[in-house]
Amino acid sequence: MPGKNVLTISKLRASVAGKSILKGVDLQIGAGEVHAIMGPNGSGKSTLAQVLAGREDYEVEGGGVTFDGQDLLAMRPEERARAGFFLGFQYPVEIPGVNNAYLLKAALNAKRKRAGMPEVDAYEFLALIKAKMKFMQMNEAFLSRGVNEGFSGGEKKRNEILQMLVLEPRLAVLDETDSGLDIDALKVVAKGVNSLRGPDRSIVLITHYQRLLDYIEPDHVHVFSDGRILKSGDKSLARELESRGYDWIQEGRVA
Amino acid sequence: MSSKSQEIEAVLGQKYRHGFVTDIESDSLPPGLDESVVAAISRRKQEPQFLLDWRLKAFRHWRTMREPAWASVRYKPIDYQDISYYSAPRAPTDAPKSLDEVDPKLLATYEKLGIPLHERARLAGVAVDAVFDSVSVATTFKDKLAKAGVIFCSFSEAVRNHPELIERHLGTVVPIQDNFFAALNSAVFSDGSFVYVPPGVRCPMELSTYFRINAAKTGQFERTLIIAAEGASVSYLEGCTAPMRDENQLHAAVVELIALDDAQIKYSTVQNWYPGDENGVGGIYNFVTKRGECRGRNAKISWTQVETGSAITWKYPSCVLKGENSVGEFYSVAVANNFQQADTGTKMIHIGRNTKSTIVAKGISAGHATNTYRGLVKILPGADGARNFTQCDSLLMGSRCAAHTFPYMEVRNPGATVEHEASTSKIGEDQLFYCLQRGVSAEDAVNMIVSGFCKAVFKELPMEFAVEAQNLLSVSLEGAVG
Repeated sequence: MPGKNVLTISKLRASVAGKSILKGVDLQIGAGEVHAIMGPNGSGKSTLAQVLAGREDYEVEGGGVTFDGQDLLAMRPEERARAGFFLGFQYPVEIPGVNNAYLLKAALNAKRKRAGMPEVDAYEFLALIKAKMKFMQMNEAFLSRGVNEGFSGGEKKRNEILQMLVLEPRLAVLDETDSGLDIDALKVVAKGVNSLRGPDRSIVLITHYQRLLDYIEPDHVHVFSDGRILKSGDKSLARELESRGYDWIQEGRVA
Repeated sequence: MSSKSQEIEAVLGQKYRHGFVTDIESDSLPPGLDESVVAAISRRKQEPQFLLDWRLKAFRHWRTMREPAWASVRYKPIDYQDISYYSAPRAPTDAPKSLDEVDPKLLATYEKLGIPLHERARLAGVAVDAVFDSVSVATTFKDKLAKAGVIFCSFSEAVRNHPELIERHLGTVVPIQDNFFAALNSAVFSDGSFVYVPPGVRCPMELSTYFRINAAKTGQFERTLIIAAEGASVSYLEGCTAPMRDENQLHAAVVELIALDDAQIKYSTVQNWYPGDENGVGGIYNFVTKRGECRGRNAKISWTQVETGSAITWKYPSCVLKGENSVGEFYSVAVANNFQQADTGTKMIHIGRNTKSTIVAKGISAGHATNTYRGLVKILPGADGARNFTQCDSLLMGSRCAAHTFPYMEVRNPGATVEHEASTSKIGEDQLFYCLQRGVSAEDAVNMIVSGFCKAVFKELPMEFAVEAQNLLSVSLEGAVG
């Protein structure tokens, strides 16, 4: 049926500081699908995530993106978020003095407001977030700390997933959420992501490693190189990449 | 311009909320300053001879002084002969005895400012000595305070009813020769507040004064004197707003605090005077001398300030720590936006043994503003075991503003401990984007980030002031990232 695609990226081109990074990206993401985007460093994977989220430093030079039928690129970053676009940051930033729970509550309420729902009350929110934290095996002390303030790398990534669980996005793009995680943390993060899988939700995993895909099984795998998708396949592609590296695909480009 | 910047400019363009002028007939002196003006002020206020002599001495000294030029602020020369030095609102009787007698327009002004005296004061349990222009028009809760033995009244009233306290203490913390603006204030001060808390008394309520500059071209020269006797404690709140106008208004207040043995004074300020428009036109010149003296053992003086207003702020609330084990504190948030210039900080003078001081200064700059922290920690030879901790953080919003930090330290006792931490950060594009990506609006995001930055200071404010301070920051800075 039409509109089944949650996200449609067509011929997307973007640059940063005058340097062309995305050189014509085409990608369709259907409802309920999990996609993995892999590829060497500097190929433009993170840039794609940032452009989708609406980061100002990136100049869109051509192409388009529709998100649930809306022109994503015409929306402001906060509107994209409220509409259900979530970016799990590769390097979550610290915001000293701003309470973790406070930010998350503001985020949730911004989203609810757009959906015409009443603000969540404090008790309701506390119950919700505590349940999610327990699920993510996080200490409740996190609640009273500043946003990512003094968190270890693993704690920051867990916090990203916690936020995702609370916000229940329509589309989550997780930018190297697995990097810097030990195996136990990776399992917890994977558990969080898997718990969100469902027919109405789509997930894009940007990763370097097959390892994450052992725990979150993707429906589609794409290989990114030099600002575009070079090859797409199913999960077996990821295993092939793991054993053969990226070179064989890049060589194939010539053809 | 990107859409985000446009939005930010729009938010930044928020007009000063308290900009209105009350049309009340003013009983003013013509512009100009000489001995006869000083004498006229004193005469109108029916002051005793000692005070007139004191004013004249100050005036004569002021004439030998030059305006200081060391601060990192720039402004057109002030013509001191073009200022009217006295203006009092005219009321049906000479002095209203209750709120009913207060000019309704005046009360309406307070309403607009969000200070419904008769309601809010009672509800909040705050006694308000409201200064409108130069003369106090209403004072509440006097009875309750009187029962505790606390004197809280306008300065003029104190001169009439407690001349001996005034004569003994006035100018003992900030002498008339202290600086140019203090000398000027000493010569021409019009009114202000006076507090005396007797030995062993904990003041039963927070004391609060709202200042408001109103009559055009009238300089404000407030004089405040607070004395906490042995074992007494008091918390004093000062808040200000001013109507919008194009001409710069000079404000040169002097505040003196005296804490005797085991006494505590907490002085909190939220300052929101008209900062000038987005082109830097108009706004208040705020040249203030605030100083507290811990005269006795174990005395404590704590300054907390949130400075968001004024075109120019020149202000260094200081503590002279004479008494053994005495403690001085300074917690400050200074915000400068558009073309505002702030040069503010503190001085901690350690004289007594085991004296301690803490300085936490947070400067926020946005637009084309300049924000300077200037602090002096001076430890004299006799101050064995003295300790100071200083933390100065600057937050820059956008790329056209500036922040400077000048921490001066003079340590003349080898046994003293002085610690200093400083940081400057730009309000993170990353932080802002992070919040936006979670669906939080730019305005709310900046509010959050700035509040987080100021947290260490806000928690020192009395509850009701903390809320007001947050609101002020919102109005001053929302979305101020370019």
